[in-house]
Amino acid sequence: MTGNSSTHRLPSYLEYQGKYTGIRAWILSTDHKRIALLYLYSQIFFFLAGLVMGLFMKLELIAPGQQIMGPQAYNALFTVHGLTMIFLFIIPGLAASFGNFMIPIMIGAKDVAFPKLNLFSWYLFIAGAVIILVGIFSGDGPPDTGWTFYAPYSLKTNTNVVLSVFGAFVLGFSSILTGLNFIVTIHRMRAPGMGFFRMPLFIWSLYGTAWIQLLATPVVGITFLMVVADRMLDIGFFDPAKGGDPVLYQHLFWIYSHPAVYIMILPAMGAITEIIVTFSRRTVFGYKAIAMSSLAIAFVGYLVWGHHMFTSGMSETARLVFSFLTFLVAIPSAIKVFNWTATMYKGSISLEPPFWWAMAFIFIFMIGGLTGLILGSVSTDVHVHDTMFVVAHFHYIVFGGAGIAFFAALHYWYPKMFGKMYNKKIANWGLIGLFVGFNTTYLPMFFLGFMGMPRRYYDYLPQFADLNLLSTVGSWIMASSLILVIVNLLRAKKGTPEEMDDPWGGRTLEWTIESPPSLENFEEIPVIDREPYELKSK
Amino acid sequence: MSEHKNHISTYKSQIVVLFVLILLTVLTVTITSVHLGPFNTAAAMLIASVKATIVLLYFMHLKFDEKIYRFMVILVLAIYAVVIIITFFDYLYRP
Repeated sequence: MTGNSSTHRLPSYLEYQGKYTGIRAWILSTDHKRIALLYLYSQIFFFLAGLVMGLFMKLELIAPGQQIMGPQAYNALFTVHGLTMIFLFIIPGLAASFGNFMIPIMIGAKDVAFPKLNLFSWYLFIAGAVIILVGIFSGDGPPDTGWTFYAPYSLKTNTNVVLSVFGAFVLGFSSILTGLNFIVTIHRMRAPGMGFFRMPLFIWSLYGTAWIQLLATPVVGITFLMVVADRMLDIGFFDPAKGGDPVLYQHLFWIYSHPAVYIMILPAMGAITEIIVTFSRRTVFGYKAIAMSSLAIAFVGYLVWGHHMFTSGMSETARLVFSFLTFLVAIPSAIKVFNWTATMYKGSISLEPPFWWAMAFIFIFMIGGLTGLILGSVSTDVHVHDTMFVVAHFHYIVFGGAGIAFFAALHYWYPKMFGKMYNKKIANWGLIGLFVGFNTTYLPMFFLGFMGMPRRYYDYLPQFADLNLLSTVGSWIMASSLILVIVNLLRAKKGTPEEMDDPWGGRTLEWTIESPPSLENFEEIPVIDREPYELKSK
Repeated sequence: MSEHKNHISTYKSQIVVLFVLILLTVLTVTITSVHLGPFNTAAAMLIASVKATIVLLYFMHLKFDEKIYRFMVILVLAIYAVVIIITFFDYLYRP
């Protein structure tokens, strides 16, 4: 492969002086890397806001009885915590930040196919966030429905549901346009010689994700508009008294929201693949199997939504069909895990922080995945449905999976994005703290769920007290470690730039250009004449 | 990547398509006065599908574009169909 062979360095995208200066150079920039950072900073801000809300919830649950808030405040808090974490942090997830930054670079392009649309997507993202925020602080108070807005309660509550669902509707458009942009970029802008099977696997995972964003998000958009129409025009889509069906809401909501789990996790799996390959110093095991498993997860992920509805009154036949399809989706997920393990086998593993983060991901994600089988099986799901078990499983997948992968990717690509290195020792200690804190917070919830503690209550019976106390203490360890991790990265940003075009010995295209990259990434578009993970000849 | 050639439709073909669409619209309206029971809805859906296909093929140029786009559209419609079918596993089998 011919990369950038010139020795002189162009001004990086961080130094480049365009038409605008100051903040305008950022919020009016159509450079995919600056837009990626806009997403990254916004997402981390919303993540921290969601984290604070989560801490307050755990504090309320430290002991039975009312501690710091009553039932209404608790209901609003878990709703807004869910809305923030799901719609503002983890659905944009790795795709909006790292996808935006890395897709053009990893396929050898200068930018995405539609740079202005890319910036517009970020504006829609912020507009959606502002609408949700206004919904929280205006009208009759923040919504108390849970982030799922289930009918018929979402039609009856006096809280500010309309603004919140409208905010989520706007966020959906941001997601759709980003997906569209990525699909066109991947199809049309690959460097000469880069066939589909020479793309890095992170790009494959983003390709699958983009299709889900494009095809599933409109469904939830329409569903949210139906809720607005039901509330404001009293149509009765979901009201049995008017011929509607509340279970229809659940179908429509989960037709999007289950694939949305794959919007969160697929890019995470892609980033983990990149990390494992780089630090194993081996070529990837089963390239095509991993690439195809991304598409298989995206496809089968469309057909399993009913496992969220086993106790909703759905027909017995549908429950069996959905249970069967749910087990199918475990196959492509397992293909990935086996291939990661096989890639590491007999590798010359380099124990750098991103690798440890990737290992934490696999460990936690496996617990999340295997407990998912309990929920995917109708008979066991009936027992633990709507208990803390579901909350634990969900956090193991979404936070322990996608969230930890987000930080793994940040530690992996940080030197490329900023041309600086963080303190590796602190990064490792931060991970150890997070790992201990995470498991102390969420593992007890599995047991609480089995014991019968329902989710979404501010109070509980005395027999659940010990495990809840342990979980709350875990949340403090977890939050302190996260602060340590973020402060470490922020401190590194203030440090002096170092020469680190390829600090990890990576083999994909981003490691052939300077760190941080120049405005147009490549002085000359590279010609690809080798496989993506081929070892460099010395 | 190969250079893409633009296909320019003739006025004649555009007008023929327009007339076919108008004809099918008239047919949709006319068929409502014939009592076919539940098949009235099916007929309306069928005609609408034919119209949508014609629009996709001619006005949106699927017929003249690379095969990959036709494949993408068919795939999307197939997923949509499967989603509807699975949903009906609930509605058709409820006690």
